[in-house]
Amino acid sequence: MISPFRPARLPDSAILQDHEPLIADLRRRGVLRGTLSLGALTMLTGCDLSSPKSVQSALLSISGFNDAVQAWLFDPTKLAPTYPASMVLKPPKFNAYYDIDKVKPVEGAAWRLELAGLIANKQPWTQAMLDALPQQDMIIRHVCVEGWDYIGQWSGATLRSFLEHVGADLRAKYVVFKTADDYPSSIDMATALHPQTLLATKYAGETLADPFGFPLRLRMATKLGYKNPKWITAIEVTNTYTPGFWEKAGFGWFAGI
Amino acid sequence: MPLAASTPRLRRLHPWPIRIMHWINAAVMLIMITSGWGIYDDDVIIRGLHFSQTFRLGDWAAPSLLWHFAGMWFLAINGAAYLTYGIVTGRLRERLLPIRPRDVLESIKDTLQFRIAHDDLTVYNAVQKILYIVVILAGISQVVTGLAIWKPVQFAGFVALLGGFQSARVIHFIGMAVIVGFLIVHVALSLLVPRTLLAMLTGGPTLAPRHPPTQAAQS
Repeated sequence: MISPFRPARLPDSAILQDHEPLIADLRRRGVLRGTLSLGALTMLTGCDLSSPKSVQSALLSISGFNDAVQAWLFDPTKLAPTYPASMVLKPPKFNAYYDIDKVKPVEGAAWRLELAGLIANKQPWTQAMLDALPQQDMIIRHVCVEGWDYIGQWSGATLRSFLEHVGADLRAKYVVFKTADDYPSSIDMATALHPQTLLATKYAGETLADPFGFPLRLRMATKLGYKNPKWITAIEVTNTYTPGFWEKAGFGWFAGI
Repeated sequence: MPLAASTPRLRRLHPWPIRIMHWINAAVMLIMITSGWGIYDDDVIIRGLHFSQTFRLGDWAAPSLLWHFAGMWFLAINGAAYLTYGIVTGRLRERLLPIRPRDVLESIKDTLQFRIAHDDLTVYNAVQKILYIVVILAGISQVVTGLAIWKPVQFAGFVALLGGFQSARVIHFIGMAVIVGFLIVHVALSLLVPRTLLAMLTGGPTLAPRHPPTQAAQS
């Protein structure tokens, strides 16, 4: 079976070559902008910060170190606080890299969840199959990287029970998600197996509404909001690191809370 | 200085570890404040209060967060080294204590009458002592509340103690405001009395031995 994570046809490398001058020009502008904003710092520290590329790579390697520290801080048995049903926000807050009117609803009947990677049974899943798994319910705090938060009530199968059911290699490093809105995401296996990591199909007791990820989204009590992909179409278990949508833009990967 | 050469262990107002830690802290504080402003702007605490892009470190939230989460290590490690040094050598107690209520009133009166000549750099007045203690506590508070905001689930008990996630954010914001307020006064005064600035670069005047037999003459 062809993995949904690898395109059948790779893009022509000539495209990159054709646009090389343009890319170089963009980089130069970035250098100029970076130099301006770092000018004051250079005077203070006496360090050579004139090359933003080296600064950027230093910051990214510290971010990688922080990912390791966060994995170490993460306690797989520690449960996030839960809250009474009276605190649940209805409807939940919408958040994506586009506005709510740009949401493209997924048709439930035609929807299939594809599986790939280190999974024994890669048969695609339907909504009915997911509903047949033991259901969990949790009322947890959603914490956004921007600083806002709200209490939400999520139901569905735990990702752990799903991974066990399909015979996934639970010693693998990553669980990767693909979505209908082209918002790839990957998480560590320890968090995937946490009891408060759900493949959510319901919010506040009702089937998920379209803007919030119908028919399937991830909901983790132990990670920032942007780590929770909506409209999931495929799950891969792998040892290969793949950055998610925001990680490619510079956000941290682990994003544990 | 011939005198300096003949004295084997000369005590300066600001020994070299203090100077190094001070300037590391100055740079890191500016990084933390300006990158914090970049993070703040995506979800403001005070409606209408934004920080201009000119003063933000990072074009948008992602680079600001990278700076903040890199700077935190330098802030915490340098701060811990400073406190350890200050406690072990007795410097903190020597410089910042005691604070007598009478002295506080006295120095407030002096300040209001613009008598801030600061003739003797080696002795802090009561208001200075309070300001330094407040900013040290604010620095500690920033590290601790920062940890709470970073890991509200792993440190859920502590976050609850602070009054919840949003309260922790507000306390973190207030800590920033206190430090910025201190910074404005601190920098302004050091520019008004440039000898203080010079002392933090070169070490400043020499001090009497730490434990003189009689510690009387302090009036």
